[in-house]
Amino acid sequence: MKFYKNKYAAFFLLSIFLIICLSPFASEKPDGLEWVAGIKGFLHRGEENPSFWKFSPMPDYAISFISSKALTTILSGLFGLLLTTAMTLLICKCSKGKKN
Amino acid sequence: MHIPDGFLSLPVSLGMIGVTSIVGVISHRRLKIFIEKDQSNIVPLMGCSAGFIFAAQMLNFPILAGTSGHFLGAAFATSLFGPFAAFFILSCVLVIQALFFADGGLVALGANIFCMGFVAPWSFQIIRQCIEKVTKNSKIALFLGAWASVFFASLACSFLLALSGTAPLHPTLFMMGSVHALIGIGEGLITASALLFLQKANVVQVLETKL
Repeated sequence: MKFYKNKYAAFFLLSIFLIICLSPFASEKPDGLEWVAGIKGFLHRGEENPSFWKFSPMPDYAISFISSKALTTILSGLFGLLLTTAMTLLICKCSKGKKN
Repeated sequence: MHIPDGFLSLPVSLGMIGVTSIVGVISHRRLKIFIEKDQSNIVPLMGCSAGFIFAAQMLNFPILAGTSGHFLGAAFATSLFGPFAAFFILSCVLVIQALFFADGGLVALGANIFCMGFVAPWSFQIIRQCIEKVTKNSKIALFLGAWASVFFASLACSFLLALSGTAPLHPTLFMMGSVHALIGIGEGLITASALLFLQKANVVQVLETKL
């Protein structure tokens, strides 16, 4: 099956598709750890304690100056997708070492 | 199960950063060998996989009792590239999430990478190989391995919480285990369908790349 000309592009497009089409519909409910933390009463420790890193540009996948919830999730998701891909490529490229 | 800053005590957080760094150094050696040995130019595929895992981690699916879970991706990365490379793929995802999206704490990053980048890939690898030997069915082994990756990562997380004195081990271990046993089913289904999709779309020829 030679449907896709560039298989990497196809894979990358799949990720973009996931973010644009599905991320606005992701569940807002607390995840497994947050749920346990809520019941066992230590959820506040994550919020009260001073965070060591206050410079996240998009906390909770939201861009502050965009009011639309769906748009802000999609944009921050696409940004993160690019960053993650770039960082992994960079690490792998550096690990390759110099070839003769 | 991204641990935010504040859940773990400082000694535990710092200790985990140390442990994870050692694991990272060892994994990096194997990653180098893996990439240099490779003939089929696997690096772009690794980048795309990291991006895919990031994207899929955003998609929380609801499970019972007002809880949600999301794809972890350790099983996915391990089945494509092996546990050493999976460590780096998951690390990249977690670092970006912590730095840019405040998803998981920065000091807790060592613990997060340990649970999701080390415990999860290796439990997947070990459980999958054991089940494959017993049942001779690679699809069942893949599913159960992916389930185990989430399950054991959540147990590791509970141990760290108990070690920090945040929550006693007795109910936490059971609660974390049972929630993530459910999330693990989703993980298994997503991992299997993503790998099948990639194989059908001719992106990957072989499901298993041995390290």
